[in-house]
Amino acid sequence: MIGLTHYLVLSAVLFSIAVAGIFINRKNVILLLMCIELLLLAVNFNFVAFSRFLDDPAGQVFVFFILTVAAAESAIGLAILVVLFRTRRSINVQELDVLRG
Amino acid sequence: MALHLAIVLAPLAAAIIAGLFGRWIGRSGAHCVTIAAVGASFLMSVIVLLGQLEPGALPQNETVYTWLVTDGVRMEIGFLVDRLTALMMCVVTFVSLMVHVYTIGYMHEDPGYQRFFSYISLFTFAMLMLVMANNFLQLFFGWEAVGLVSYLLIGFWYTRPTAIFANMKAFLVNRVGDFGFLLGIALLLASSGSLDYATVFAKAPQIAQQTMEIAPGTTWSVMTLACILLFVGAMGKSAQMPLHVWLPDSMEGPTPISALIHAATMVTAGVFMVARMSPLFEYSETALSVVLVVGATTALLTGFIGVVQHDIKRVVAYSTLSQLGYMTAALGASAYAAGIFHLMTHAFFKALLFLAAGSVIVALHHEQDIRRMGGLRKHLPVTYWTSLVGSLALIGFPGFAGFFSKDALIEAVELAGRAGASYASFCLIAGVFVTALYSFRMFFLVFHGKERLDEDARHHLHESPLVITVPLVLLAIPSLVIGWPTIGATLFAGYFDAAIFVMPGNDVLARLGSDFHGAGGFLLHGLTGLPVLLSVAGVAAAWYLYLYRPAVPEAIATRVAVLHRLLVNKYYFDDFNEKVLARGARLTGGALWRFGDVAVIDGALVNGSARLVAWAAAIVRLSQSGYLYHYAFAMIIGLALLVYWTLGGV
Repeated sequence: MIGLTHYLVLSAVLFSIAVAGIFINRKNVILLLMCIELLLLAVNFNFVAFSRFLDDPAGQVFVFFILTVAAAESAIGLAILVVLFRTRRSINVQELDVLRG
Repeated sequence: MALHLAIVLAPLAAAIIAGLFGRWIGRSGAHCVTIAAVGASFLMSVIVLLGQLEPGALPQNETVYTWLVTDGVRMEIGFLVDRLTALMMCVVTFVSLMVHVYTIGYMHEDPGYQRFFSYISLFTFAMLMLVMANNFLQLFFGWEAVGLVSYLLIGFWYTRPTAIFANMKAFLVNRVGDFGFLLGIALLLASSGSLDYATVFAKAPQIAQQTMEIAPGTTWSVMTLACILLFVGAMGKSAQMPLHVWLPDSMEGPTPISALIHAATMVTAGVFMVARMSPLFEYSETALSVVLVVGATTALLTGFIGVVQHDIKRVVAYSTLSQLGYMTAALGASAYAAGIFHLMTHAFFKALLFLAAGSVIVALHHEQDIRRMGGLRKHLPVTYWTSLVGSLALIGFPGFAGFFSKDALIEAVELAGRAGASYASFCLIAGVFVTALYSFRMFFLVFHGKERLDEDARHHLHESPLVITVPLVLLAIPSLVIGWPTIGATLFAGYFDAAIFVMPGNDVLARLGSDFHGAGGFLLHGLTGLPVLLSVAGVAAAWYLYLYRPAVPEAIATRVAVLHRLLVNKYYFDDFNEKVLARGARLTGGALWRFGDVAVIDGALVNGSARLVAWAAAIVRLSQSGYLYHYAFAMIIGLALLVYWTLGGV
């Protein structure tokens, strides 16, 4: 029987993978965006699981909102990425340090 | 009241017009408007004087404007017009008018013509404010304003380094005096709670009872201290030793202002002020002794310097110093009326002498050295005769204006029973001989003897135009006759009763007056006196030394070289001031600048705090790597800490 714990563990594993992806990835901005999506999906998993086990549909409604926002956010992120590539001819994370103090 | 306001404001308005709109109204416009204003002031002053001379006329004390009231102290502008003030107003405006007219001739080539007229009108305004004040605040305003105009006029030819040096010197020395003056006013304000003359004078007996402690264990009479401090102000303005050093240097300015400001009016402001404050000075025997001794010392010692000067204006300047010393000594002997009387006659004959010197200077194309003059008598007849009148009046030749005032003054000092009186009367009587010697030395060297002119000057030599000679004649008339009709009234008939207060025990003029039977008797009495003999001896000595045997002065100078050098170097006052006081002040200032300003304030505080911030920022900025994943890491760590903080307590 698959219980709440399994879902939560899955969610935590996904979240950790995403965080690790953000930290370890030194190459590609697209990967960063994907990791952020993965973070949001991990959170969504939590919402859906709790919604199912607590019998409260509000959690699933919330997931829709998050998905919408995430879609909008990755659209903007990709747009920024395109502009960034046009100006700098690179999307290498290591080279994006113009904000250094 | 409207009349008094008009007297004061007319010269101010003219000064503003000539100063700000001089370019539009042109040269003739500038001198017309200022002469008209000062002339109007003079006529109105005469009206005021005539009004005061009527029997039973009372002093008019009125407040025109209240500036502010703070903590019970009223700061006002007002006029106190009594006979003393009215006399001063007439003297100031008359001499000023003469100088205005004279300036047309003297300055006619100068590019700063309008500026000059603006300044001298402004001076007339300031001087009138000073003499007409009815409170200490306005007195101080006038005092500083005349000092300012004096500064501006000494440095009138501001491209000359010597003029700039002289006006700075005058300003700084006057600052020393004014510091004392301000402290004196503050002390009176503190002890009487008012700035108004009438109130302070009414409280004089109470102030005289007060004492204060300056250094622990010493007791000072408040009145003595206040009077001496006020007198320090007078020493600065009236050039008494040791604050006299600025006056000879002030001769760097144009001659008309030497006549107006540095002979006739401004430098007598100190004398006037002490006479005005007679209700205070009378309560302090010590202060009066100080006044007496300082005045007498100045009278004699500065006269000696006049004997060795070669610049025609400086000789007259030293004679001014000496005569100011006479006036001050009279004040110290409680013979205020005699001091003011001498002030009046001196204003006429000294203005005359200065203007005559200016006339000589103009005729010789700005040659001022009397060693390169001589024999000018036939070339400059009007200047010659008016100078003769002025010189005779200055040495107190019987019948001339200066005779009456100086003789009365010397006798009054002889009668004063105060500490220092015998020393003072010795100085003053010896001073008569010196006065005659230096006056006629200059007179003979300029107008008699061989012509020692250079070719260029001889070629241009001519008598000065009418605008110069008419003021000379107009000033020569009072120098000749003003003493005879006025001596009885001013000194002995109680002319100044309402304005000047003298303790019954101190009233030397009253004692002198008991022997006084008209000006003629005074003249006869004076003829047999020591001062007249000495002045004749002085003239004779001058004639012997500078006309009959011109080689003798050289011989004397080499024989007593030490004394001669002392006089030529003016008793080393200037050297002391420059080498010790000025240099000391500069060194102290330099040290404070280098340590206090540059090291502590600029170095440690201002730049130090900026450097600290920069240093801290240089460390903190290392955390800003610019890499996205570092910021994300910081966010995660922060989030984790926040979660731990909110949940960890559970």
